Order: sequence, then C-alpha cells, then structure tokens
Amino acid sequence: MSAATAVRWSEGGSQVISEASGMFGLTWLLIALPLFGAIVLLVGGRRTNSFGPVLATLLVGFSFVLGLVLFFQMLGQPGEERAFNQSLFEWAPIGDFSVDVGFQLDPLSMAFVLLVTFVGGLVHIYSLGYMADDPDKRRFFAYLNLFVASMLLLVLASSYVLVYVGWEGVGLVSYLLIGFWNAKPAYATAAKKAFVMNRVGDIGMSLAIMLMVTTFGTTAFSGVFAGAPEASSGALLALGLLLLLAATGKSAQLPLQAWLGDAMAGPTPVSALIHAATMVTAGVYLIVRSNPIYNLSDGAQLAVVLVGVLTLLFGAFVGTAKDDIKKALAASTMSQIGYMILAAGLGPAGYAFAIVHLLTHGFFKAGLFLGAGSVMHGMDDEVDMRRYGALRKAMPITFITFGAGYLAIIGIPPFSGFFSKDKIIEAALADNIWVGIAAILGAGITAFYMSRVMFLTFFGQKRWADETHPHESPRSMTVPMILLAIGSVVLGAVLVIGGRFVSWLEPVVGPEEEHDFAIPVLAITAIIVAVSLVGVALAYVMYLRRPVLVEAPTGSVLTRAARQDFFQDAFNESLFMRPGQYLTRFLVFFDNRVIDGFVNGSAAAIGGGSARLRRWQTGFVRSYALSMLAGAVLVVGVLVLVRL
Amino acid sequence: MNDFPVLTTLGVLPFIGALIVAALPRGRELLAKQIALIVSLAMLVLTVAIAFAFEPDAAEPFQFVEKTPWIEQFGISYAVGVDGIALALIAMAVSLAPVVILSGWNDADDNERHRPQTYFALILALLGCIVYVFVATDLFLFYIAFEVMLFPVYFLIGMFGRGQRTYAAVKFLLYSLLGGLLLLAALIGLYVVSAQQLGTGTFDWTLLAGMPIDPDTQKILFAGFFFAFAVKAPMVPLHTWLPDAATSATPATSTLLVGVLDKVATFAMLRLVIPIFPDASEWAAPFVVTLAVISIIYGALVAIGQTDMYRLIAYTSVSHFGFIILGIFAFTEIGGSGSVVYMVAHGLSTAALFIVAGYLVKRRGSSLMPSFGGVQRVAPVLAGFFLFAGLSSLAMPGFASFVGELTVLIGSYQRWPVAAAIAVIGIVLSSLYVLIMYQRVATGPATENVKGMRDVFPRELVAFAPIIALTIAVGVFPRPIFDVINPAIERTYSFLNVDPVEPDVPASDAIEREVTD
Repeated sequence: MSAATAVRWSEGGSQVISEASGMFGLTWLLIALPLFGAIVLLVGGRRTNSFGPVLATLLVGFSFVLGLVLFFQMLGQPGEERAFNQSLFEWAPIGDFSVDVGFQLDPLSMAFVLLVTFVGGLVHIYSLGYMADDPDKRRFFAYLNLFVASMLLLVLASSYVLVYVGWEGVGLVSYLLIGFWNAKPAYATAAKKAFVMNRVGDIGMSLAIMLMVTTFGTTAFSGVFAGAPEASSGALLALGLLLLLAATGKSAQLPLQAWLGDAMAGPTPVSALIHAATMVTAGVYLIVRSNPIYNLSDGAQLAVVLVGVLTLLFGAFVGTAKDDIKKALAASTMSQIGYMILAAGLGPAGYAFAIVHLLTHGFFKAGLFLGAGSVMHGMDDEVDMRRYGALRKAMPITFITFGAGYLAIIGIPPFSGFFSKDKIIEAALADNIWVGIAAILGAGITAFYMSRVMFLTFFGQKRWADETHPHESPRSMTVPMILLAIGSVVLGAVLVIGGRFVSWLEPVVGPEEEHDFAIPVLAITAIIVAVSLVGVALAYVMYLRRPVLVEAPTGSVLTRAARQDFFQDAFNESLFMRPGQYLTRFLVFFDNRVIDGFVNGSAAAIGGGSARLRRWQTGFVRSYALSMLAGAVLVVGVLVLVRL
Repeated sequence: MNDFPVLTTLGVLPFIGALIVAALPRGRELLAKQIALIVSLAMLVLTVAIAFAFEPDAAEPFQFVEKTPWIEQFGISYAVGVDGIALALIAMAVSLAPVVILSGWNDADDNERHRPQTYFALILALLGCIVYVFVATDLFLFYIAFEVMLFPVYFLIGMFGRGQRTYAAVKFLLYSLLGGLLLLAALIGLYVVSAQQLGTGTFDWTLLAGMPIDPDTQKILFAGFFFAFAVKAPMVPLHTWLPDAATSATPATSTLLVGVLDKVATFAMLRLVIPIFPDASEWAAPFVVTLAVISIIYGALVAIGQTDMYRLIAYTSVSHFGFIILGIFAFTEIGGSGSVVYMVAHGLSTAALFIVAGYLVKRRGSSLMPSFGGVQRVAPVLAGFFLFAGLSSLAMPGFASFVGELTVLIGSYQRWPVAAAIAVIGIVLSSLYVLIMYQRVATGPATENVKGMRDVFPRELVAFAPIIALTIAVGVFPRPIFDVINPAIERTYSFLNVDPVEPDVPASDAIEREVTD
C-alpha cells in the first residue's frame, strides 16, 4: 500500500490520508472495546450480572482515554496530515468492486469519537445509579456498549457501506432501548415505529450506495469524493437528496420526524445519549462528511436548508405545547438538529458550525436529559411538568446543572449554545435573509419553551402531591450532570473563540467562507440575544406570574395542534398505515382466495372433480405420483422416437 | 487431487445412513437419532475437507470430478463435480443438517403411527438427494435427484406434519410434479437438439453449456426449465404450495425444504438455464426481473398480513427468493455473486426462524401469533433467539443476509435501476413483518398463554448456537465465500452476450489523477 494518498476534494478540504501507524494503528480498538463488552454481557448472560455494568462502563472509559491519546497525537501533526486510514480486511470483493472494512480517523471523526466516548461514558456512570434497581440492568448496559461501538463504527468508517453498518447498528440499539420496558405495549409500538421510520430513511442510504457503485465503482470516501467533480449533476443531486433522506430518518427531521417523541419511552439515560447527544445527530455527520457531494449540487443543498429550517420551526412550536418534560426536550432536540442540518446545508460557510453546535448540543442536551431523569427519579417517575414546580430547593444540584444547560440552549452569552447558535444564524442570514429570520424566530421560541420547562419544573408553586418526596439524586448521577454542565458553560467558547474548531475541521470541509453584512456582526448578535430574552420574558409572564394549572387547559387551536405534533401521527396513519393495512389485508385475501383458489379449482377440474381430489388425500398419492412419473417417461420415449 | 470418489461418498453416505436408521427396530429410537446425527456430522467433516482442497481459481469448471457411463444409448453418465457455487450451497446444506436433526430430536416421538426411525431416515435420504442435485453435472442425473427429492419431503410432511398435512403434502407434490414434467419434456427436447448439434445426444453439462441452439427453440426449452424452477423457488404466482407446506411440516422439514431444497431452483438457474440457454435468458430477463420484483413486494406485503408464524416465514421466503432471482438475472458479477451469498444467508435465516418458531410452537401447541404475547417476560433467551432470527431475516448489517441483500441490490441496480429501486422498498416491509411478529409474540405483559413457559433448554441451545455463529461469521467476513463463488459466477455469465457494466466515473482513475497531479 502506498504510504499516503493526497485527496483534494472539490471546493472542500484537502487532507493527506496516510496509513495508520503507531498509536493510530489502535483505531480499531476504540470500537472493539465496547463491542467486546456487549458480547461478554450478552453471551455471558446472568453470570455477568454482578460485574457486567461496571465492566461495560470501564470499557467505554478505556475507549475515551484511547481517544484522548489519539487526539493529542493528532494535534502533534500538521493540519493537512491529520487523516489516517486503517484497513482491516476486504469484506466483499467481487471483480473490480470491493468493500474494505476500514476506518478513517480524521479531525471530523475525532470530534465524534471524543463526544461519543465522553458523553457515552458519563451516561454509563449515570445509569449505574439510575438503573440500579432494574432487574435487566445487565442487558441495558450490554445495549449501551453495543450502541457506543456502533456509533463509533458509524463515524470511523471509511466507506459508505461501513457507515451503513454502523447506521443500522445504532438504529437497532435504539429499537432495543426504546423498547427496553416493552412490557408496556405502547413502548413496544414506539420502538417498532422508530425502527420502521428509520428504515424508510434507509431506502435513501441503500439507493445512494447503489448509485455510488454504479457511478464511481466504489463506496469508499476517497474514491467517491475524488470522482465527484466529474460525475453528472443529476447523479450528484440524486446522491445529495438520497443521503438527505437517510439523514431525515436518523435525525428525526421532516418528513420522518414522528418517531422521536415516542422514543422517549426509553429509559432517560438512553434519551440523553442516543436520542439527544449522539445517534440522532448522525444525519448531520452524514451530510458534513459528504460535503464534496453537496458542494457540487446547489439543488441538494437547498433541500438540506429547507429541511433544516422547517424542522427547527416545527420542533420549536411542538416544544411550546408539551407538558411531558421528556417530550418537550425531544421536540427541542428535533429543533436543534434542524439548526445543525440548516448549517450543513449552507456549505463551507456552515459545516464547521453545524459540528460545533452538534458538540455543544451534545453536552447541554445530554445534561438537560440527565437532569430530567434526575427530576423523575426524585418524583416517582412523574413526567408531567404541570405536577412539578419549586423543585430548586429539593434538588439544588439538579437545578444548577439543568440551569446551565438551559442557559446554554437559549443562547445566553457566554454559555456554549450562544457561540454555536449565533454562528449558524449569522451564516444563515448571509445566505438568505428569510432563512436567517426563521432561524432567529426559532431562537426566540426556543427561549420561550425552554424557559417554560425551567419555570414549570424548578420555580413557582409546588404542584406535587404530599406523598411525593422529591430528593436529590445519588452521586453517580449528579457527577455526570455536573461534568456535562461544565461543558455546557465553557465548550462553546473553547471551540469557537479564535476559530479553533473551524481550523481544526478545515482539512475535512475546507476553509470557512467569510460573509459581509450591511450591519455590524455585533448588532446581529445583539438582536438574536434580544429575541431570545423576549421569549424568556413571555414565558415568565405566562408561567411564573400566573398560576399554573395542574390539568392542562384546552388551549387555542394552535396549542392543541402543537400538542398533537401538528397531527403528524394522524397524517402518517391516514396516508400510509391504514392504506397499507387495507392493502395487506386485501392481498392476503387475494392470495388465499384468488391465486390459491384458482390453483385448487383447476386441480380439481383436471383431476375430474373434488371426489377424486379427496381420494388423493387419503394416501393414494404415491401411486398417482408413480403413474405420473411413468407417464412422463412415456412422453419422453415418444418424443425421442418421433424426433429421431 | 487424488482419485478418491469424495463426492460420491458425500452423496451415498446419507443414503446408507438412512437405510441403517430405517432398519433399526422399535425401541432403538435413540440410536436412530444418534446415527442420524453422526452421519450428518460426518458429512460436515467431509465437506470441510472438500472446501479446503477446493481450488477457487482452477481453470476447469468442476473439481472432484467423477464420470462413469451409465445409460450409454442415451448419452447418460454418472457424472459429478462441484464448482464454487455448488460447494457454497452444499456447505450451507450440510451445516444445517446437524442443526436440523438436533432441533427436531423429539419431533416424531409423539407420533402414533410412524416411528422416529422413519423420520430420521427420510431426513437423511433428503440430504442425499440434495447433495446429488448440487453435484450432478449430468442433466439426467440432476433430474433424477430433483424428482426423487420430492418423495422424502412428501412423506416428511404427510407422515410427520400437523394440521392439514395430507392436503399440504399432496399440493406440494402435485406442484412439483407439474414443474418436473415440464422440465423433463424440455430436457428431452434439449437432448434431441444436442443430438442434432453434436451428432450424438448427451446430457453432459460440459457439452451442453454454450452449445449453439436456435433462438426459438431456446425460448421453448427455456420456458420448460424456468417454469419448473419458478415453481420450486417459488415465484409469485406459483408460490401458494409453500405456505401450506411450511405450516404443516415440522420445523426441521420446513428448514430443509425452504432453506435448502428450494435453493436447487435458483442454483439451477445459474448452473443450467443461463449457460445452456443464454440467448433466451437475455430475452426473458425483463420478464423474470419483473416477476422477481413482484415476488419481493408481494411476498413481503402478504407476510405482513399473516397471523400464523409459519405462514409468515413462508411468505418472507417468497420475498427473499425474489431478491435471489433478481440478483441472478441482473447479469452482473456483483448481482450474481450476491445472489449466491443470499442463498446461503437465506438458508441460515430461514433455519433460524423456523427453528425458533418451532421451539415456540412446541411449547404452546399453536403457531398463531395471538396465542402468544409477552414471551420475553417468561423466556428471555428464547425471545432473544427469536429476535435474532428476525433480524437475520430483515438483513441487519453484521448478519449474513445483509451481505447478500446489499450486493444483490447493488448488482441489480447496475443493470435494472428501476427494478432495483422498487426492490429497495422491501427493506421497509421486511422490518414491518419481522417487528410486528416480534411485538405480537414476545413483547407486552406476559399473557396467560405463556405463563410458565420454559426458557430454552440445553439441546435447543446447542442446536441454535451454530446458526448464530455462522450467521455472524458470514456477515462479518464473507470473503472466503466470495473467493470461492466469484470465478464460478464469472464463468456462468461468460456464456451471455450482455455488455459489462462499468462505472460512469471510475473513482480509481480519479484517485490516480489526483496522486499524479
């Protein structure tokens, strides 16, 4: 193998991809450690009950440490030379086509490795406390380990086929964990819904892979991106749209968003790790990774922007109406990922900020979910915020860490979300004024619904029953919350100030495009913060100044619609599910009566009536078969004689 | 390669085993089972030895060839040999044999009229026929094995099945005989043509493959062959025997029937139909591809609507066979090799589904999904196996079936983009039929139906573990299979006259340009 392949992607980054050597030769171990844990816990069964959860947690910890070591090694390399390829074996070699099981560790995948193993590790630790009394705790940790392994495979894969393997892997674990408590039928349905909707997105992934092989003869990143500039614009547009379809499924974007709210059926640590911080952001990763394709197709980029904008507003509106704390946060996740998708659709101006927001969101949203879990833990698993109130005294640590996440998500400087969201909105404004305005509006609504969550939960009057005794959670839960809160405070500044992350990611996505505004950037920032503060004020008036009803009021038409997720389920049911059920019912009838009926009818006719058919069924078929065989031989003989 | 008749040994061994087992007196049931298991394991060992001695890149089409004149007047000989495709399928069949015997250990114990001896003798005889179908390089020998094979299955369903077993057995037999009759007629026609073309009539594949045949005659003969194999595969609308057979048969029989025996049809499309009737195959390809896509979608939709697990599994197979045939008639190396891997993978996934469903049905006495509910609460390992089997069926990456499905889709997209794009919908439908089944059977609170249901016991575990191991092994590292089948696929398609598919913008060129710049 050649030592290094220089890859210069159209308008995008340029990096020298060299064979992984030295410490980088251990890239595979990042995945192997949690995978090993999953196998031990699943195959070992009950024997591993005692030590399994701790082992799983340690393995993810090791993965994180290894990732950290590799990160510092990578920092020691010049920017262009931070990409490493590790090829393990050929998976499916057919003629000129082959799929390598190989990994690509570069600044983009490195960012994900650290996010996934760090947040993943914290969620493991948190779960030691949260799931302490669950009889299936071991299985839970096995799935968590499997998730970390799959997610790392997804981001480290060096070809689309291998991305697809990780992609389906995280989808499977998501299914298993949403349905972890599937003794409740509704939870089992939620799990199935998530998997099936993701599979609809996977149509896009499959077709993209098929189209890639037809167009480029490979699905390896290096090959596809090198060939992209010469591909037809139709092929590039198709690839962009197909990958976007895949992304909408995994990242719960319109039109495949409906599964995420129901996915909150899973245990709360799962919601934090999988359905907020990591898996649902895989769509953003996919688009940013595929930047050489999107850069070449304005049409595909436009579609990405549209999906992002629509979803960020959709999620934000839904978030304003939910009384279930987890569902409010889920709507918020959808909306925040909308921001990331929007940024990714803006091209080189937005790729880096999509990832920055993804990372800061990974911290503050995981923190918010773990905080919500902590509240539920202290409130006998109550999720209705209308039955919370005034919890800041009973749960001070939860209150402070949740508060840090809250200030981060609504973009109050200098919390982390401020830096990442601000940059996305600026880039959006530069691209198109209306897109920018929509993004600012979204920020205002975000501030409103998150303030609503905050006020309903921690402020105001207590609205819980007397027999409820809210209490702070154990150390194993609060420590991860504290660490995530620290990230929520500082990460944005660390990544954005001085353009640190932008230059870190430049080899992968190219240099950031500068944009000019008619007004000073600082003024734009001020407007964004002002709009957010209006949202906070509105929530203050509505939920702190006025008494909160324990039973949700009927609300306006719009509130009711948002509470119902704008009728997404009714829409899907009437358009796909019911017609599908009628179709399958009809086809079953058709198959039994028409096709099989025809066969049986004609068999009876040929056999001279059903009487004889019945006789065959009593065991004489042997003689019948023999006579048929004899007849066949006779036919043969005649044919031969006549022809010869 | 020495002259030891290794394929004949492999083919005759189970028949000898069958005779011994059948001859055992009453009271020696356990010995009968043990002998059957030992014979199947011996076959497995022999196959492994063959696989190691096999040279994938050998120049001649078949290896371990044996040939002896048999009926010389008609140019019939006892000729056997294997290519990579046959080897892969034999390996799959033989790997499943001990699994099937072990999982069906007690299938015949409660039968009042027939002895377990007969059951296991029939299974062994069926295995012998299966080996012969795959190794025969003389078409007449193939035909004999193809037809004789029906009878063990017929008796396995008719004597040891449940429910409407006689009806199902007769239906299976009549369908198969109808196909077989047409096959026979076409075979005779082929013989006659060979007599005209070559001077003396023959059934020797090496002489028939690539033999020039007048296009119109090809079409007629093609139709006879194809119909027989379309019944067996089975393709819509010739499939309705399968759900009945699968519902009535024991899981062991169903596994052999659907997972292994039906592969004979798709194997024969590659081995016989394309090399002998290349022009007609090209001519009929659009029609066949259309039928394949209909099978994929239709089979999956009807599967979704089933309430009986066995019927559901049968319909999933109709859908999966559609994929296999789509891959074969893509006429691309990726599609062809993918279809063979799909055949192997489908053997494994079908075996997994039927065997776990069998475990469930044995406990509950019913194969209807509403008779279950909440199995995961009472028998978590069993439920886990069930989910594993389902994931294998829906082609989860990391499982063998994913390798086959992805390569079939890629390969067929190269030639038939529209058909392949429609076939992709199958991945959504498969997730529906699998997860709906799992939800109805295993999730929810434990119902009265499943209270006290035992989790898997050791024999069941031992029978199922090899399937898990093989499914994952092939899914993660399928390369050895590709190495063996690729040359055979290349040879198969070399008889065709189709344009090779080339990428529009070969990435390898682009990378080279970048590097030299």
